[in-house]
Amino acid sequence: MTATDAGAAPVGFGRMHRKEDARFIRGHGNYVDDVNLPGMLHGAVLRSPYAHARVVSIDTSAAEAHPKVKAVITGETLAGLNLAWMPTLSYDTQAVLATDKVRFQGQEVAFVVAEDRYAARDALELIDVEYEPLPAVVDARRALDQDAPVIRDDKEDVASGTSGKHHNHIFDWEAGDKERTDEVFASAEVVVGQDILYPRVHPAPLETCGAVADFDKVTGKLTLWCTSQAPHAHRTVYALVAGLPEHKIRVISPDIGGGFGNKVGIYPGYVCAIVGSIVTGHPVKWVEDRSENLMSTSFARDYHMRGEIAATRDGKILGVRVDVIADHGAFNGTAQPTKFPAGFFHVFTGSYDLAAAHCKVTGVYTNKAPGGVAYACSFRVTEAAYLVERIVDILAYKLEMDPAELRMRNLLRPEQFPYATPTGWEYDSGDYPNALQLAMDIAGYEDLRREQAEQRGRFERGEDGHLVGIGLSFFTEAVGAGPRKHMDILGLGMADGAELGVHPTGKAVLRISVQTQGQGHETTYAQIVAEELGIPPDDIEVVHGDTDQTPFGLGTYGSRSTPVSGAATAVVARKVRERARLVASAMLEVDPADLEWEKGRWYVKGNPSEAKTIQEIALAAHGTLELPEGVEGHLDATTVYNPPNLTFPFGAYICVVDVDPGTGAVKVRRFIAVDDCGVRINPTIVEGQVHGGLADGIGMALMQVMAFDPEGNHLGASFMDYLLPTSMECPHWELGETVTPSPHHPIGAKGVGESATVGSPAAVVNAVIDALRPLGVVHADMPLTPAAVWRAAQGSPLRTDLAIA
Amino acid sequence: MQVPAHFEYAKARTVEDALALLGKFGPDARVVAGGHSLIPMMKLRLAAPEALVDINDLSELSYIRVAGGELRIGALTTHAELLASPIAGEHYPIFHDAERVIADPIVRNRGTVGGSLCQADPSEDLSAAFAAVRATMVIVGPGGSRTVSAREFHVGPYETVVGPGELLTEVRVPIRPGGGSAYEKLERRVGDWPVAAAGAAVWLDGGVVSDVGIGLTAVGAAHFVAAEAEDHLRGEAPTEEAFAATGRIAAAYCNPVADQRGPADYKRHLAGELTTRALRRAAARARGLES
Amino acid sequence: MPSITVSVNGQEYAGEVEARLLLVHYLRDHLGLTGTHWGCDTSNCGTCVVWLDGVPVKSCTVLAVMADGHTVDTVEGLERNGELDPVQQGFVECHGLQCGFCTPGMLMTARWLLNHNPDPSEHEIREAISGQSCRCTGYENIVRSVRWAAEHGGKEAAGPESGLEAEEVPA
Repeated sequence: MTATDAGAAPVGFGRMHRKEDARFIRGHGNYVDDVNLPGMLHGAVLRSPYAHARVVSIDTSAAEAHPKVKAVITGETLAGLNLAWMPTLSYDTQAVLATDKVRFQGQEVAFVVAEDRYAARDALELIDVEYEPLPAVVDARRALDQDAPVIRDDKEDVASGTSGKHHNHIFDWEAGDKERTDEVFASAEVVVGQDILYPRVHPAPLETCGAVADFDKVTGKLTLWCTSQAPHAHRTVYALVAGLPEHKIRVISPDIGGGFGNKVGIYPGYVCAIVGSIVTGHPVKWVEDRSENLMSTSFARDYHMRGEIAATRDGKILGVRVDVIADHGAFNGTAQPTKFPAGFFHVFTGSYDLAAAHCKVTGVYTNKAPGGVAYACSFRVTEAAYLVERIVDILAYKLEMDPAELRMRNLLRPEQFPYATPTGWEYDSGDYPNALQLAMDIAGYEDLRREQAEQRGRFERGEDGHLVGIGLSFFTEAVGAGPRKHMDILGLGMADGAELGVHPTGKAVLRISVQTQGQGHETTYAQIVAEELGIPPDDIEVVHGDTDQTPFGLGTYGSRSTPVSGAATAVVARKVRERARLVASAMLEVDPADLEWEKGRWYVKGNPSEAKTIQEIALAAHGTLELPEGVEGHLDATTVYNPPNLTFPFGAYICVVDVDPGTGAVKVRRFIAVDDCGVRINPTIVEGQVHGGLADGIGMALMQVMAFDPEGNHLGASFMDYLLPTSMECPHWELGETVTPSPHHPIGAKGVGESATVGSPAAVVNAVIDALRPLGVVHADMPLTPAAVWRAAQGSPLRTDLAIA
Repeated sequence: MQVPAHFEYAKARTVEDALALLGKFGPDARVVAGGHSLIPMMKLRLAAPEALVDINDLSELSYIRVAGGELRIGALTTHAELLASPIAGEHYPIFHDAERVIADPIVRNRGTVGGSLCQADPSEDLSAAFAAVRATMVIVGPGGSRTVSAREFHVGPYETVVGPGELLTEVRVPIRPGGGSAYEKLERRVGDWPVAAAGAAVWLDGGVVSDVGIGLTAVGAAHFVAAEAEDHLRGEAPTEEAFAATGRIAAAYCNPVADQRGPADYKRHLAGELTTRALRRAAARARGLES
Repeated sequence: MPSITVSVNGQEYAGEVEARLLLVHYLRDHLGLTGTHWGCDTSNCGTCVVWLDGVPVKSCTVLAVMADGHTVDTVEGLERNGELDPVQQGFVECHGLQCGFCTPGMLMTARWLLNHNPDPSEHEIREAISGQSCRCTGYENIVRSVRWAAEHGGKEAAGPESGLEAEEVPA
């Protein structure tokens, strides 16, 4: 890498170039599809064209006769290995390959293994499946109708009718105080309610999901290269599910081309690749194509919400309550901590001081793919933040109050922290009004409202056809799962390990359990160690992604890496620092208490020239120096960090749009984002995370949706139909920052990976609805495509989750 | 993995060679140029020709020139070339308006004018643009060459009058003084097919619209033409009211179908709105008021 | 099976391929040049962008046989004699990549743009990459990276320590 004149990398926090860039800019990234092993075969999945159908018969003989085909696996094959069904992360079961029925369009039915991917594709057409189509449940709001088709008749209590509940009902979950909330609402001066949909969307990372499975018959070891955001969790699940001894399973997440929650779950294709490798004795690669990714892997959201807000006439918000129908698809596969079937949705009280709040979430089955928790959702915080920010705007409309003023009046004040919300969270820290004011200053809020007023005048006089909208969003997230007593995934407590070793020559190796998919961990984690030990980041190797080489942890999603593993890294580095103190005390022949630390060295109090650098200490620790009683040689440490609480990043966003009511077209003119994620390890990387999430907001607010027709056909199964925002729809992002450290985090950091995805959709939607205010529009659901905007303006809004008729 | 099924393949060296290869392979052969309409369909296995005749090396079909009072565009001209062509833009800015919003810059490097017209997607922008300017297509076959009006070129969705052994070689647009043209498209996002789009060409003479062509795409207009709307505007003064009324007629006579881009009432509204806007801009250009 | 000869990054490769083999798979699986990626089925995402005869194309929508007798340039060819191309350096300087999956395609388009428009505006850069998706960066830093390359890609080296040199325009 040629040096640049941009300045040396900081030894610790600060802006620096990313260490990992060297390979990516040369096209030398190592993604799963780049992995090639001798004798490797290729797998392909045959998928159901029907959303709901009985599988009458499967004839694989023609496929097996194809000269390049090595194996064909069906549900029947897997049933013999007790692998036709596997547990999900939500204690349900999911079909690996269909046995009795197919339950969503795109569901896996058979798996072929062939010499090359083109032959595998050809072989799929040679498999003859006879289906008996059944009526499908497509509308989540109808899933609990008396006459709704039964989906999960594979479950004994459903099939026999003894479950005691509706056959498509999964769970009910509540948070908050219903009685108190009802009281508050009953006596409130103003109550506003609105049906608000957060439609089904999909993270759509540019790299699809895939795996290379290599089972070595002789050693009994399975090596699995996989697009996994949680390699250790995957290893444990494979051990539990497939009966393979855990010490004989190695999961390697190489470079991952974006995860965004899409790569958390275990997909049938991975299991089939493993079985394929066992059956053929060769490595088997399976990488899905884009339609498979969109149709069958973890979708996000699909929350049908009824939100209500109660307030005084002069704008003091008193309470919020929400009822939700959660569409979980055909199998409940959400990746939630066990005790939280609706994730952290109960953070819907948002950033406000409320007297009472209550929510009820009802999960239902439909004939769609499983998932729900994905796409930078922070475990349903996206749904919660959208709900509250939309309903606050609707309240502002009703009260004829400026939305910024209404928010400013009700935001939590700094002195109220730590703040216990009516639904059981304890927010750690925040100065909310400061952040909102900063966003307004950057935006020039008063000028924008003035421009809007003038524009509205011209519109009303027929002089100008276009409308300006200004939308706000103030969000609080709950991230960094989490304290292991309360939070586990499939019984695995959400604490993370970290291991740090300093070599004799003073270079270091950090081993972490989290898995970057572009967040820059190879750089930022080195910076954490650098900050604690004074070793330059370029002298610190960050090892991740390989379960044979890293400690156990729950992986990267829900913005948990910095809050949990970042904390673990700081803690383990401090342990090394303390051990270094003891070694230094032996080197300098002083009492350890007489030593002081300044970045990179221990020195004698009052005599700074008597010092030892961390590099000198490392060499001595490996040498012949006599160490004090109880102090072992070398210079390393391990830790498992169990977070005491979640962290609560927050932000204030403002979006400015221009709407053409003649066509419904929306142009995002400006987007101002002020984020507070506590202490920033590398501001450049933080800003990059925010930029990416803001684009998600544009996408979800204006164009992204997975809709279904009455037969359950998936209407968003390609990038022609599932539209992602381009460089043209995204404006230049205007960022600001405030820093309110987390009081309980070792370095005061909160995590930021999902903040912008959480906060931005409401800002865009609020802006569009604000633009349409002269036309009397109060609400319209995402995505606000031109058709949706135009229809809203006509007073006949579209239902966006179903086919447009 | 979306990859095509097997097919036979040959690369043509000349037009005659291409025709001979098409004859040899028979009716299940397809011509492939840029391939950005055909290859995606083959990958999804929605199209499975038995043979492909690759005409990418027929550089003699790649040109844009003025001859015989016509703008003549070789079928192998890429979208990028048409967008960048000064003479095309000078005579018919409708093509620049349209090309700027067709697909994306990378796809435009490869997709061709002829390929797009022959793909005959009911949402094809160039079909509407060439219909608006009353272009003529030149088709060659074993029996020689023939010309067909752009307004008769398409016979149905994905179907043109080009026969199995024939090749579209050129599109001709008559150049007439006093005109202006424009294209207005509404898309959900950059690069998407239109929800609806309208192309207009007007000629002004003696204070009235002496001639007009209106092309519509993605709204089921017969032959991509808004014929009733044209008849209404011809002979009228080029006023705002006249354009609005013409737009309403264009909307009334098209046949949009609901899909995920929008419901039928919205598309019908767009047909009218975009016709009006295209006429407005075309007239402004005819008057030299806008570039 | 057709025989093809393709010049890739200045080197000639000859081989037999099925007519249906896509150029992206030829590059990745036959030549081992895995820097070019694929990410969709419908020619939208742009992770497969390479140059064909000096012009950016989506290699998932080009047959390998179409490249017979033609030249292809990929991301692996940007670095010359150990010197990074200014677009590559720009992406490092300005954090223009996160997961890196869209990056090779973006680099190829950026290089082509600067060869034809050495001082592009922000709008021109956005338009040039409008056929390519990025899920990580929100495009902001990609635009900045290309601007950096525009400002630092001239005949003069960018600075005494940088070691950057002007790049020859690939044929």
